[in-house]
Amino acid sequence: MTELNMLEAINESLHAEMARDERVVVLGEDVGRNGGVFRATEGLYEKFGERRVYDSPLSEGVIAGATVGLAIAGLVPVAEMQFLGFAYQAMHQIAGQVARLRYRTQGRFDPAITIRAPFGGGVRTPELHSDSLEGQLANIAGLKVVAPATAADAKGLLASAIRDPDPVMFLEPLRGYRGIRDEVPEGEHLVPLGSARTARPGDDLVIIAWSHQVEMACRVSDRLAGEGLSIRVLDLRSLVPLDVAAIAEAVDACGRVVVSEEAVQTGGFGGEIVATVVEESFWSLEAPVVRVSGYDVPYPVGMLEDRYIPDEDRIAAAVRRVLEVA
Amino acid sequence: MTRPSDGQRRQMLVDMVSARTQSQRMWNLQRQGQIGTVAPIDGHEATIVAAAHALDPAHDWVVPQYREPLALRRYGPEVLEQFLLYNIGHPAGGHIPAPIRVLPNQISLATQLPHAVGLAWGMTLQDDPGVVLAFFGDGSSSQGDFYEAGNLAGVLKAPVIFLCVNNQWAISTPVHLQTAAESFAAKAAAFGIPGVKVDGNDVDAVYEAVHGARERARSGLGATLIEAALYRLGAHTTADDPTRYVPAEDLAAARRNDPIAILRSRLEAEGLWDAATQSEVESAALTAVDAAHERARTMPLAPDALLDHCVSEDSPRLARQRLALLAEVEGTR
Repeated sequence: MTELNMLEAINESLHAEMARDERVVVLGEDVGRNGGVFRATEGLYEKFGERRVYDSPLSEGVIAGATVGLAIAGLVPVAEMQFLGFAYQAMHQIAGQVARLRYRTQGRFDPAITIRAPFGGGVRTPELHSDSLEGQLANIAGLKVVAPATAADAKGLLASAIRDPDPVMFLEPLRGYRGIRDEVPEGEHLVPLGSARTARPGDDLVIIAWSHQVEMACRVSDRLAGEGLSIRVLDLRSLVPLDVAAIAEAVDACGRVVVSEEAVQTGGFGGEIVATVVEESFWSLEAPVVRVSGYDVPYPVGMLEDRYIPDEDRIAAAVRRVLEVA
Repeated sequence: MTRPSDGQRRQMLVDMVSARTQSQRMWNLQRQGQIGTVAPIDGHEATIVAAAHALDPAHDWVVPQYREPLALRRYGPEVLEQFLLYNIGHPAGGHIPAPIRVLPNQISLATQLPHAVGLAWGMTLQDDPGVVLAFFGDGSSSQGDFYEAGNLAGVLKAPVIFLCVNNQWAISTPVHLQTAAESFAAKAAAFGIPGVKVDGNDVDAVYEAVHGARERARSGLGATLIEAALYRLGAHTTADDPTRYVPAEDLAAARRNDPIAILRSRLEAEGLWDAATQSEVESAALTAVDAAHERARTMPLAPDALLDHCVSEDSPRLARQRLALLAEVEGTR
């Protein structure tokens, strides 16, 4: 085990996968000589050369679109969207092409494509850098959507994503790049896609979350433990495929649920979780499920974002509200 | 100058006549309600066929838009067979079997161009000596993907040929409403690649342009944009009524430049074609398209085919949906 931040874990995973499989190629804006604007691809260009680590022209559309051709050629592209909000300019390729390649060719081609992108707020970015699009992405059949909350999972899930024969959107929390730091297994470390993780044990209530909201939920759990409350935190790790069994197990054990996400509330993935809870575990519920989320507005500018992102106080208030139901 | 041989020109006419014969049969089948929407090939035959003949099917990929498959006989009979499956809406129609280097039709216009560049780039990374030829239309040239793909191809010196089939119409929109540029070929300047405009009704001109672009690509010099100017002699599709917008006199003039008539009269003058050959080719083409239709019509379809090949392995949720679907199918039997 080594303690790494999330960025170091991602970088380590990219190095390992490129060394393991020479079909892996990395492409994106500033990923080569500069090592990525956050340094996620640091050292890859020097180690693997310009044929496998490509500084692309500034076009998210062609980065995503080219991955389709690279995959058809038998390569394993790992593309970077510099920020997930910029992927709006690639959505016609991601949703319309990348996600459907296997289906529309009825399995002739393996779209072994990974698209990494930082997302989420808290670092005072300009417009369109922090949007949480996971709900939109999860609504695109054929895509897998992965959102790690720890450095260890970032390493293990990224390796699984790159090895997966299906296209994976790999969403990395901006705030977690340097803000999240934990023990990461050395050498090969694989975390399967579609398996949730219990980030905190507990049986009074479960907070279901993913990405940076897991960190917030854990802080709430730790804080409320001081009041004798036992708050479980379920880290989904992957939204598609979804670990339905783990959700059911947690809800059956706790009976009370809060779902926390950073995205716009309407149409967000939190709604999908609530629906899943109701379908799977309605008779275990002791109180209505409550969502904590962003608001139904575009991701705001810096002076407003602390109000937008669900923080410990909002999550804790939701937890208390659900626990108060007799 | 690289001219096709007599044998190649004769084979091109076979492919052109076959394509039109089959397209007209498909038009009729659509009118009879037997198959889905058809985009007739009439007027596009010389360009597509000559381009295919300038390629090596063992190594070079064809990335179509949607009108080309009937004219890709050079890539094997499977292309026609899968096209009929595709046309009637059978999912297997999208699976053109390996090792045929043809991608399925692309309905989201110009999105195939970044794929073509990625594929060409991937081939160079794997030292595959082939090139990629991507078809697109005058209308598709207005999409961002065209510019983004052209730009990347230029930077990468990717072995790709962009073949703009300028048939003067994007459904009802004429080229002067599509672009203010002097030609579509002129847009190559923005990518730093050569752009050439050729007579798309002349197999020799198209063959030579594609052959040259292929040589250039194979020698590492990169991409070429070719504009093949022709005229759409039929409707956009079976769902379209071009008499609403195509000037009758323009169409009449275009018909005097019918690419099949041009090549046929040349080959007849050279003693390479005659009426008997024409009728044999037409008859064989009809037999082939009817056989492909019959094969498509009788192709089995699994009760849960709807859910196949979306992902490599069913997620627990998709597996549950599959069970529910199968139960529903059982219940309605």
